[in-house]
Amino acid sequence: MGHTGKQTIVFKNPPIITCAYSSAGPKEVAGPLGDYFDNKLQDELLGEDSWEKAESKLIKQTVQGLLHKANKKQEDIQYLFAGDLQNQVIASTFGLKDFNIPFFGLYGACSTMGESMCLASMIVAGGMADLVMAGTSSHYCAAEKQFRFPVEYGGQRALTQQWTVTGSGFVLISRCGVGPKIDAITPGKMVDLGIKDTFNMGAAMAPAAVDTILTHLEDTNQKPSDFDAIITGDLGNCGIDIAVDIANKLGTDLSGVLNDCGKLIFDDKKQDTHCGGSGCGCSGSVFAGYLYAQLLRRNLKKILLVPTGALMSPGSTQQGNTIPGVAHAVSIIMD
Amino acid sequence: MANMKQIKNEYQEIVKMHSPKNKVMKNSLRAFLVGGVICTLGQGLSNLYMYYGMSKDASAMVTTVSLILLSAILTAFNVYDSVGKYGGAGSLIPITGFANSMVSAAMEYKKEGYIYGMGAKLFTIAGPVIVFGTIASVIIGIIYYFV
Repeated sequence: MGHTGKQTIVFKNPPIITCAYSSAGPKEVAGPLGDYFDNKLQDELLGEDSWEKAESKLIKQTVQGLLHKANKKQEDIQYLFAGDLQNQVIASTFGLKDFNIPFFGLYGACSTMGESMCLASMIVAGGMADLVMAGTSSHYCAAEKQFRFPVEYGGQRALTQQWTVTGSGFVLISRCGVGPKIDAITPGKMVDLGIKDTFNMGAAMAPAAVDTILTHLEDTNQKPSDFDAIITGDLGNCGIDIAVDIANKLGTDLSGVLNDCGKLIFDDKKQDTHCGGSGCGCSGSVFAGYLYAQLLRRNLKKILLVPTGALMSPGSTQQGNTIPGVAHAVSIIMD
Repeated sequence: MANMKQIKNEYQEIVKMHSPKNKVMKNSLRAFLVGGVICTLGQGLSNLYMYYGMSKDASAMVTTVSLILLSAILTAFNVYDSVGKYGGAGSLIPITGFANSMVSAAMEYKKEGYIYGMGAKLFTIAGPVIVFGTIASVIIGIIYYFV
């Protein structure tokens, strides 16, 4: 095990993702991946009286579902790595406080699934823990309220805008067991090419995604074709085209192998989401639901999951700041 | 190792090339249609009130109130956001859009209490319209006074 190249860690004893559990809202369930989600929500409010409380309940249900599916008790989990999009990551706080598991609250914008899986696999591979949990969530209405307009406000969305996924994904990462293994990770650095348009997050994140992917390939001495798929978090339809284009300009052809959770989760023509899905819960639910199932069935044997985040707040962009992107790569193999 | 800085200069162009373009003609036609329907409805109401004996001034006032009420009800029943999505500026500019911006904020922030939630954030969207509308009317008033 060790630090390899510029910013990659290759595990000699790869941690194992022994179980995964996903929850998704009604719109996500109606999408192309609907059958793959474990917990299919009927109601965006989950019986609560606010969007924020609904997202906490979403996390709670997902973690309970994961414990039940893995036949584990909360005492078996040694650490919990989680975060979300709400201010002060309160969705995670109130969703997880009653589980009594030591908690690391994370903020990596929509890259949180990658960030939590990177940290969880490091703590397990480093011998600090045997069984930990990592995951994230997002909620369309809570994100709209915090970052944009009230949900019932009658404005038009830009064509480059993406639809925040109401969903959550959590995984169990274990020192031993059966399942797909995390053989390497490449934590990403922040990349800022000067995008200021909050309605085009794909463009803000694409350079970070490409930077992390190319660095991972170089550090581990691999080609894009060594992977069955390289899957970014939420670049969306426009962002993924930009990513392929700039990777090409930098001398690597990612076309054919690069895909995106935000592109997979919705049928844009039927569901009118404009540029696809976004949010922490996008890569979270698509990995824990669809991709994990494909790995178990060996339809995919080696993937690079690259959740992507746009680092901004409504205040930062109003003060004229640009939107730096960040992306964390997790290499997952199924023997 | 390929360096991101290599493409920084041309990046804005790359983004522009891959971003979907707004359909200005289609959007303008829809805005014209929806805006026109709202205005025709207003005129119809105004004529109706005058038919039942209201003065012109009174009917204008009651028409405004009626449109605000209608917009508030449609917002509460999750309809106005769909009208807004279709009509764009056509449903944003009339007084119904103004009412929608306030009712939607009220609905969203009610959960945080009537004082610090709804009361404080009711004008989140409508606030600038009132501020700059008032300033503009003061300036126009001063000009009017001297002309």
